[in-house]
Amino acid sequence: MKTFINAFRFMADNPHLLLAKTGEHLELSGAALGIALVLALPIGLWLGHLHRGLFVAASVSNVGRALPSLVLIAFGLTILGVGFWNNTAALVVLAIPPILTNAYFAIDTVDRDAVEAARGMGMTGRQVLLQVELPLGLPFVLAGIRIAAIFVIATATIAAVAGGGGLGQIIVNQASYGLSGVVAASLWVSALAFLAAFILSVIRRAASPRPVPLP
Amino acid sequence: MIVAGGPVIPNFGSGSSCEVNNGWFCTDWVRQHWSDTLQPALLQHVELAAIAIGVGFVIAFALALVGFRFRLVDPPIGIVSDFLYTIPSLALFQILVPFTGISLLTVEIALVSYTLLILYRNMIEGLRAVPEDVVDAARGSGFTRAQTFRRVELPLALPAILTGLRVATVSTISIATIAPFVIAKGLGQPIYAALSQDIFKTEIFTAGGMVIALALVADGLLVLLQRRLTPWVRA
Repeated sequence: MKTFINAFRFMADNPHLLLAKTGEHLELSGAALGIALVLALPIGLWLGHLHRGLFVAASVSNVGRALPSLVLIAFGLTILGVGFWNNTAALVVLAIPPILTNAYFAIDTVDRDAVEAARGMGMTGRQVLLQVELPLGLPFVLAGIRIAAIFVIATATIAAVAGGGGLGQIIVNQASYGLSGVVAASLWVSALAFLAAFILSVIRRAASPRPVPLP
Repeated sequence: MIVAGGPVIPNFGSGSSCEVNNGWFCTDWVRQHWSDTLQPALLQHVELAAIAIGVGFVIAFALALVGFRFRLVDPPIGIVSDFLYTIPSLALFQILVPFTGISLLTVEIALVSYTLLILYRNMIEGLRAVPEDVVDAARGSGFTRAQTFRRVELPLALPAILTGLRVATVSTISIATIAPFVIAKGLGQPIYAALSQDIFKTEIFTAGGMVIALALVADGLLVLLQRRLTPWVRA
């Protein structure tokens, strides 16, 4: 218990350190999540729209789950060397599977009748995807992004062993910061993960289609 | 901390030229260190993951029984398991250390926590998806509540439960790689050692490849189990 009291004291004594590390943490996580979104979201949505590539979507998620974060970080470091990009690349690889798979299944499982109706009204494939399928599948798409965000924030912590900045630097450096500092940074990064997960849950709820009252 | 640059001389005694130059992959190193480094780490890794999955399965099943029978407790259980799932693994280890010390228990508590969300969700959703008509028919033909559960609801929920087990197994094997931040066990240990010894590539690729292979093999074995137990499901 004493460690925890000291951990909070550490937070009170070192707000600048923690804020600076949080900034680095968010920079790394945000860059990785952004790149993963740009790469994976269009592919997932488009494959779902075509109802093709079930095998791709399923294997990406299976293989993705089997890739341990420390292994990805270590591979990134070995192949790309120390720097910002080795960790970013590892995090991107980790974030792609949940985004791609959820986007695929979100669109693939949209009510076929709704899609047929939209086509019958003369919508093009692109319009069907953007105006019918995407709004209906959005909660599920966002659920995938939420999982990816949780993974990325957690793994950005581990990236500290490969020269990545962020809150992990305090956690892996007990020699300098003591156990109270380590616990303080651990609590802090957990709070960061909760906050990100919470914000994405709120967005997801807001994006859920509500039944429209019939006239 | 890892320091870049400088001559790369792995700390493995008088190695071959490949080892001294830290080549991309030195087969002789793997052959030499299979029995003293890699194999023990593999066995420890299996042990770490097996304990966590076993304990996690039992806890999740007990929770699912309660959450299925009493709908009121389902949301809180879901929220707590989601909460645990969100904590970054490295942070959870360190938060537990003041309570359970630098021990296997610390690692296992963390690993078990991460299995709960996946296992619990799949169990509850599998049980909920059992059609009411089927349950009514069973009850109508004189099955007690316990019999209905054991002989109707549970078998029908089995595919979902096994899918959850597959996901939980693969992710536990993956997360167990972080264990060396607390105790020197599992395949993360050689990776961690190689990172601190001037990024010795062969060891990183071998141990990393072994973790991934272990996860895929475990997943494959569970697929076989799935086919055996639920032959009516065409995957």
